[in-house]
Amino acid sequence: MPAAHTAAHTAAHTATHTVAAPPPAPLVEAEGEPGREPGRTIVDIRHLTLTYQAADHPVYALSDVSLSIAQGDFISLIGPSGCGKTTLMRVIADLEQPSSGDVLVNGMTPEQARLKRAYGYVFQAPALYPWRTVERNVTLPLEIMGTPRAERQTRAREQLERVGLTGFERKFPWQLSGGMQQRVSIARALAFNPDLLLMDEPFGALDEITRDHLNLQLTQLWRRTRKTCVFVTHSIAEAVFLSTRIVVMSPRPGRILDVIDCARDLPPERTLDIRESPEFQRIAHRVREGLMEGHSYDD
Amino acid sequence: MSRLQTQTPPQISPMAPWPLVALLAPLFPLAMQDGQALYLPQSPLALVAFALLVGSLLLRRVAGGGRSEAALLLVGVAAGYAAPLLLLARGLRPEIGLWLLLLGATLLLGRVLRLLAEATGPARHACPALFGLAILLLWEILTRGFQVPAILLPPPSAIAAAFAANAADLWDDFGQTVLTSVLRGYLLGCGAGFAVAILADRVPFLARGLLPLGNLASAIPVVGIAPIMVMWFGFDWQSKAAVIVVMTFFPMLINTLAGLASAERIQLDLMRSYGAGYWRSLLLLRLPCALPFLFNGLKINSTLALIGAIVAEFFGTPVVGMGFRISTQVARMNLDVVWASITVAALTGSALYGALALAERRVTAWHPSFRKR
Ligand SMILES: Nc1ncnc2c1ncn2[C@@H]1O[C@H](COP(=O)(O)OP(=O)(O)OP(=O)(O)O)[C@@H](O)[C@H]1O
Ligand SMILES: [Mg+2]
Repeated sequence: MPAAHTAAHTAAHTATHTVAAPPPAPLVEAEGEPGREPGRTIVDIRHLTLTYQAADHPVYALSDVSLSIAQGDFISLIGPSGCGKTTLMRVIADLEQPSSGDVLVNGMTPEQARLKRAYGYVFQAPALYPWRTVERNVTLPLEIMGTPRAERQTRAREQLERVGLTGFERKFPWQLSGGMQQRVSIARALAFNPDLLLMDEPFGALDEITRDHLNLQLTQLWRRTRKTCVFVTHSIAEAVFLSTRIVVMSPRPGRILDVIDCARDLPPERTLDIRESPEFQRIAHRVREGLMEGHSYDD
Repeated sequence: MSRLQTQTPPQISPMAPWPLVALLAPLFPLAMQDGQALYLPQSPLALVAFALLVGSLLLRRVAGGGRSEAALLLVGVAAGYAAPLLLLARGLRPEIGLWLLLLGATLLLGRVLRLLAEATGPARHACPALFGLAILLLWEILTRGFQVPAILLPPPSAIAAAFAANAADLWDDFGQTVLTSVLRGYLLGCGAGFAVAILADRVPFLARGLLPLGNLASAIPVVGIAPIMVMWFGFDWQSKAAVIVVMTFFPMLINTLAGLASAERIQLDLMRSYGAGYWRSLLLLRLPCALPFLFNGLKINSTLALIGAIVAEFFGTPVVGMGFRISTQVARMNLDVVWASITVAALTGSALYGALALAERRVTAWHPSFRKR
């Protein structure tokens, strides 16, 4: 349980705080088929602390973070810049080693999970390879995983269409705008159909309309496939719209301040107009309060 | 916007007045003929050239646009260069008048080159060609006009004659030096540098040990190692290749290592997230990233290899090779043959470098230094 939950919340909200309960024995389940039954714990983080050893002084990026993410969850991480959202995702992805604490992904260590290609990662920057065309950037993971050429191409076309980039297959990344590049990187993460999607501010560089469109696409994709998603954003509306749960983080060192359940009050099938509903507004308000509270902690 | 601009009539830009010095030519003696001064009006040939030069200057305003103006002025320039060449061919000694004509034509050529540099399309490529041709002609006219001794600097025509007379020898030299020594040494040196770089990339202590050694090796003078290599490996191509390997190994090693280190962290993270192993991320990410660095090393080495082979041949060789030719012909005062050899070396070096630059352009067209939107 995140320790911060005891703080300053009104009685009306405390009822939703039960979601971060310890997962039901993930290690036992990992023995069997990697099934898709909802409720199975996909990511289990316990007392995670991470300190970067910078040249002059240590940077305390994450402090005692505990979070469990179930199959089919859509988790949004929200918090001020530099609070450790990217760091948390990188730990899950085995791109960063925790200083202490335990992390399990699919019941395995993050390294084992990574080697089994358990997740697709959309980085905060597009990270496209400039010598590859847009299409060959999208097929890159498929090439590594040994997918036959014809299938690689159809899958790439499919995903590029999903992000609205049909007709740009033969272009090079540097011939695209920043937002288009980011959409290519989303298509690339979707191309090999991973069960777990880690997305670090994927829509940060996009205009409002494209963003709405992709939000809708993403929520539909999620509802159809029930992929587990971990999503970093700075937009409260986006977080509420997409998520089953929102994790509010404090400024450095990153701690979890609040975990807000959206699945209870909002329908799983979401259209853009639910943003006008009072339930939506209430959750957004609570996220904002959590963020503001976090800011007052440090000053 | 741009359409509007192209629709306005082409402007004839103002010209600096310097080419007009050619107008002073009639005031001075043009040349000496049998101890007598020859003035411009006395030589019909010079008169025609002078008229063409002045005429092109006067008519340039009629031309519609930069390219046609350049073509028109080029006629004047050609006339200004032809006159001294033809007079020299008749055995006359140039005097101030002719030099003024040449000066005017050369200044006018400056104007032509500027116009061509601003032009678009294939006309641009005429610029370096004209520049090179002008230098050759000036070299010819000046060395012959001032009767520079051939020991100091033979005129290009003499070099060309030596080239033709010694073509068979020069071809043999080319075969020995370039096709045998340079090619083998270059491939060996660059290949070894590349291979060791990959090895050092896997074994970090190797890189840390080798890099200071590389600095040391690049400070070794060729003239120092060449005789040693000749003693070790004999007179034939093996010793030349060895010198080239020593010279090219470290530049290639250092460039490859820098190139392999040039992949960005986020690009590497992507490979890691796919569970890609060392070789796969080397092939799919780090080598493509390193390509600009690799080409840099290959280009540097192409000139180093040629220098190394020629210098090494000074220290012992079978009786063939560019370095051998130069050293023996210098001793016999046949400087025209030496210059012919130098020409072969320069052309070979440029061709090698140019071919590599062209390949680089094709292979790394994605790199920011080449990309066109
Ligand atoms: N490699 C590193 N070495 C040292 N410090 C680091 C490193 N990476 C991140 N940090 C520090 O850790 C903290 C958390 O960084 P992180 O990138 O996780 O923030 P974030 O929440 O993703 O911020 P943003 O919203 O701006 O992307 C920051 O204060 C940052 O300075
Ligand atoms: Mg971040």
